[in-house]
Amino acid sequence: MFTYVLRRILQTIPVLIGVTLLVFSLMHLIPGDPAQIMAGESAPKEQVENIRERLGLNDPYPVQYWNYISGVLQGDLGNSVRTGRDVTNEIGVRFWVTVELAFYSMILSIFLGLIAGIVSATRQYSFSDVTLMIVALFGLSMPNFWLGLMLIQWFAIGMDVPSWIPFIENTAWFKPSGWGSFEQIVLPVITLGTGGAAIIARMTRSSMLEVIDQDYIRTARAKGAKERVVVYRHALKNALIPVVTVVGLQFGALLGGTVLTETVFAINGMGKLVIDAIQARDFPIVQGTVLVAALLFVLVNLLVDITYRYLNKRIDLN
Amino acid sequence: MQKELLKVTDLKQHFPIKGGVFGRTVNHVKAVDGVSFTIYEGETVSIVGESGCGKSTTGRSILRLDEPTSGQVEFDGKDLLAFSKRQMRKNRKDMQVIFQDPYASLNPRQTVRQILKEAMTIQNAVPKEKQDERVIELMETVGLGKHQIDRYPHEFSGGQRQRIGIARALSVDPQIIICDEAVSALDVSIQAQVINLLKKLQREFNLTYLFISHDLGVVRHISDRIIVMYLGKIVEIADKKSLFSNPQHPYTKSLLSAIPSVNPDQKRERIILTGDVPSPIDPPTGCRFHTRCPFATERCATETPELRTSDYMKDGHQAACHYIEEIESGLHQVKQ
Repeated sequence: MFTYVLRRILQTIPVLIGVTLLVFSLMHLIPGDPAQIMAGESAPKEQVENIRERLGLNDPYPVQYWNYISGVLQGDLGNSVRTGRDVTNEIGVRFWVTVELAFYSMILSIFLGLIAGIVSATRQYSFSDVTLMIVALFGLSMPNFWLGLMLIQWFAIGMDVPSWIPFIENTAWFKPSGWGSFEQIVLPVITLGTGGAAIIARMTRSSMLEVIDQDYIRTARAKGAKERVVVYRHALKNALIPVVTVVGLQFGALLGGTVLTETVFAINGMGKLVIDAIQARDFPIVQGTVLVAALLFVLVNLLVDITYRYLNKRIDLN
Repeated sequence: MQKELLKVTDLKQHFPIKGGVFGRTVNHVKAVDGVSFTIYEGETVSIVGESGCGKSTTGRSILRLDEPTSGQVEFDGKDLLAFSKRQMRKNRKDMQVIFQDPYASLNPRQTVRQILKEAMTIQNAVPKEKQDERVIELMETVGLGKHQIDRYPHEFSGGQRQRIGIARALSVDPQIIICDEAVSALDVSIQAQVINLLKKLQREFNLTYLFISHDLGVVRHISDRIIVMYLGKIVEIADKKSLFSNPQHPYTKSLLSAIPSVNPDQKRERIILTGDVPSPIDPPTGCRFHTRCPFATERCATETPELRTSDYMKDGHQAACHYIEEIESGLHQVKQ
């Protein structure tokens, strides 16, 4: 087990090198000169040239890349072109905000998705099954920035409630922006978690249905096991592998989703940082953020692979 | 007189067929349609018949793994169908089942130890501290080694898995075991092994078996009495000897004539049935076999024959045919 984890961690190194290379090239391919942006539209040519020289932008690309990567290996992600601040610091401040957002959303997706999937599968073609799957289809089809905007409209700006409904006057229960308090967390987490919940629900349903007609489920019933035990211990555990795979992959989508969600809710996280950085051609920030996101994604999927082993003892990790 | 252990009366199992946009029930598959029989303690009763005749469904309905449509199942004097789900779960201790497919009927994520212990825990059959000991004992009973206790089902061969299935059924000390095609998925050599094991266990623990099979050779080896089913109904019940030596129902005759003989010189009259088993959705009127029966008359198409006996038939031997005597005496000939 230990050697496996170690090997997998070592395997992430080429992945991360590939990621840096890709982002590095892309950033230099998009038009726009960071030096020009820093100096301002009407700055004299020499000044721009000075800045270019100072940032090392005049070096050949391989040299620039080498300088960058050797910095990364020493834990130095460079300095922001725009603010001049250390990229590690810039990301560090926002990293936990984004991780929290992604983590809560993930929990919400898994929780809702599993419950909906199990209920649907155990009552196939029932009213609740059909309803849940229609809701899931909506969740899946809805762009999350739109959902975010609607949630702000409904529950942050709020709607007036007709007077015949007691106790509630207005639905402005949550805050439309920022991060930290409960009122601020709820809406972004729902926004980001809905799509994942829908996918997980559908995945759980189909893989449960595949398992639930198996002979060993009948065996469990013949033993006299309670329905709960049959569903959770025998059916769910066997159905969980595809679900866990989807959860792992979903995490990537989730990291991408944070960009939109953070923009909509004005949350100062990595997603918003990277958007601002791209607009300013602040490539050290973009590279750093993407690197950190890639690392997160790879680690989550390592976790998924370890979970496989736990769920199915037949999968030999070595 | 032996003790009646299981008494099935007029058991029916009709599965609805849903159709149309709104999933209305458009018809029923009459998988089991009024089956009655009794099993005495310590005996082995077999149900034989072609695929789709309802033999497995009968077994599952008795255990309420599928809820039967109507009828009565009395087990040890208790009315099983009147039990709530919870009471039924408790009573499953006394009635266990061995399934056909040893590859599919064991949970792939459980070790042998977990498989065997689970039933004991659910049924409170063995106190927790003694469970490990009992698991090893069971494994030895079915001829598995102690060292295999923490292995997963995929690490065993088909025969070994079926023995795990048997150990699982035995783990709660049942009174009756329903063997639903328990050896059909196994090689012939392994079949013999498993059947001999079942027989040995029967002697040791005074078990009662309801043995469901389509293999007449196996059935002949293990049974005391045999029930022949056709299209959801019983066509003949007899003890093994009378059934094999003196089958009464034309269907049974044709089934038995299909057993290959080990003696190549022996002349056999093979009764070959034409056509397929009719659909259980819309079974033939009267005697269900009349569409394929070489002896059938108009009476067979209108009047449903009941199980009955005749003077010359040994006790307990019953067949559901209007013409058993005539066919026996040769008066009733096959129509040309």
